[in-house]
Amino acid sequence: MFRRSSRWVAALPVALTLGLSGCGSGAPAASAPATEVTVFAAASLTGTFTELGKVFEAAHPGTTVRFNFGSSATLAQQITQGAPADVFAAASPATMKTVTDASLAGAPATFARNKLQIAVPAGNPAGVDELKDLADPKVKVALCAEQVPCGAAAVKALDAAGLKVTPVTLEQDVKATLTKVELGEVDAALVYRTDVTASAGKVQGIEFPEADTAINDYPIATLTKAPAGDLARRFADLVLSQRGKDVLAKAGFETP
Amino acid sequence: MVTPDRTGPVSPPSGFAGRSAPSGRLPWMLVLPALLGLVFLVLPLAGLLVRAPWATLLERLAEPQVLEALRLSLVCATVATAACLLLGVPLAWLLARVDFPGRRLVRALVTVPLVLPPVVGGVALLLVLGRRGLAGQWLDTTFGITLPFTTAGVIVAEAFVAMPFLVISVEGALRGADQRFEEAAATLGASRWTVFRRVTLPLIMPGVVAGAVLCWARALGEFGATITFAGNFPGTTRTMPLAVYLALETEPEAAIVLSLVLLAVSVIILVSLRDRWVSAP
Repeated sequence: MFRRSSRWVAALPVALTLGLSGCGSGAPAASAPATEVTVFAAASLTGTFTELGKVFEAAHPGTTVRFNFGSSATLAQQITQGAPADVFAAASPATMKTVTDASLAGAPATFARNKLQIAVPAGNPAGVDELKDLADPKVKVALCAEQVPCGAAAVKALDAAGLKVTPVTLEQDVKATLTKVELGEVDAALVYRTDVTASAGKVQGIEFPEADTAINDYPIATLTKAPAGDLARRFADLVLSQRGKDVLAKAGFETP
Repeated sequence: MVTPDRTGPVSPPSGFAGRSAPSGRLPWMLVLPALLGLVFLVLPLAGLLVRAPWATLLERLAEPQVLEALRLSLVCATVATAACLLLGVPLAWLLARVDFPGRRLVRALVTVPLVLPPVVGGVALLLVLGRRGLAGQWLDTTFGITLPFTTAGVIVAEAFVAMPFLVISVEGALRGADQRFEEAAATLGASRWTVFRRVTLPLIMPGVVAGAVLCWARALGEFGATITFAGNFPGTTRTMPLAVYLALETEPEAAIVLSLVLLAVSVIILVSLRDRWVSAP
């Protein structure tokens, strides 16, 4: 049956071995003490934390900051399953709680706040001005799924406004939601202000008063088993410092 | 693959399970990696089984959203496989039987969806078939059809990702098939279409079935292209893999149950089909 295609199949183990050995070569570097900090951070922090990582590397010559950006819930799960992380920066207190409940992290501190905005494609083709326009059945709306922080915030804001919105899709994270707006597949979406700032030019943001009912706190904590030890603490300090606040504010975050 | 017993009569390939297997010690050079391979493939499944919340299993299964997602998954994967058969078998035939310039390039292009991360595939589909996409714009203005966020969109995404599995299997079968039968039919006056229909297709049927099974299984598990192109809404586009991913965000145990359901249903379907079709000579 697979007589001819067996050549493809035979190549698989080779590819697999190559892939594995590729991963393995990175491992010994991690065991060298305190030259590398591994930061697990929410996807919405990609821009700001990458910048802060460079600041940190410049201030601590010889150190490297490695990032694992992803959905906060996924990151929390990776940490509770034993992923070797030093610092965890989550997009919601709830996801941080799963890590602190497992006694895997020290006391978290809130370093940023994020607010929802209505994002519309450049030119605002559907003429959306305020939150209640999203309830119009002619307006195609994308929301984050309720299971992820931006979705929970959207539900809260819409409830506060007493609105019933039927979205065409419930996206798995805020970037996916924003992509749908950028490509013009939907007329509006509820995303974070920082995401709108990051995609300036491709999407327009509209502030709405009900957003104040669903402000998202971003907690950061060092992990108790941090392989980088003190270096982890210093990275968290940088994020909480004035320098950190400046970078975060520029990206559209509110800082405490 | 199977050498028939030297002294015995040549046995049909389906009879290799019993007496016709060559005697002698099993070569450990093959058995050892085979067992390792098996363990590697099966162990993660064992992990799921160990962690499954058996006590609440039935309760979760009865949830209407689970059944809805399962039904949607099965319908979409089946329709996508049908579409792949309709387009993929002729494509495989073209690649295996017709000598045209640039054939090697076309063959490489067919495997693009295999290499492309599915999420990127989904974005690519949006750029072509989305509301503002190259072809999608035209579809929207002329026919009023928009594919994203519809069940049809799920089928398109699944077919895009799964079709290479079918094409590669069928092309392999075509190249392995004895062309002399086709030549004989042609010398007897059969047209190329008749040859394909009456000679080639029956000859390669096992390859087509195997390809369709691979294609269906891939479509059933499709996540990235589906969620990117078709979005995620219960009842219209939320298939099982999407439900699993979202459940993982809040309730990892529910995600395990959903994965096991998907797995069990697909295994049952494939095994029952196998008894029906594949073992037939």
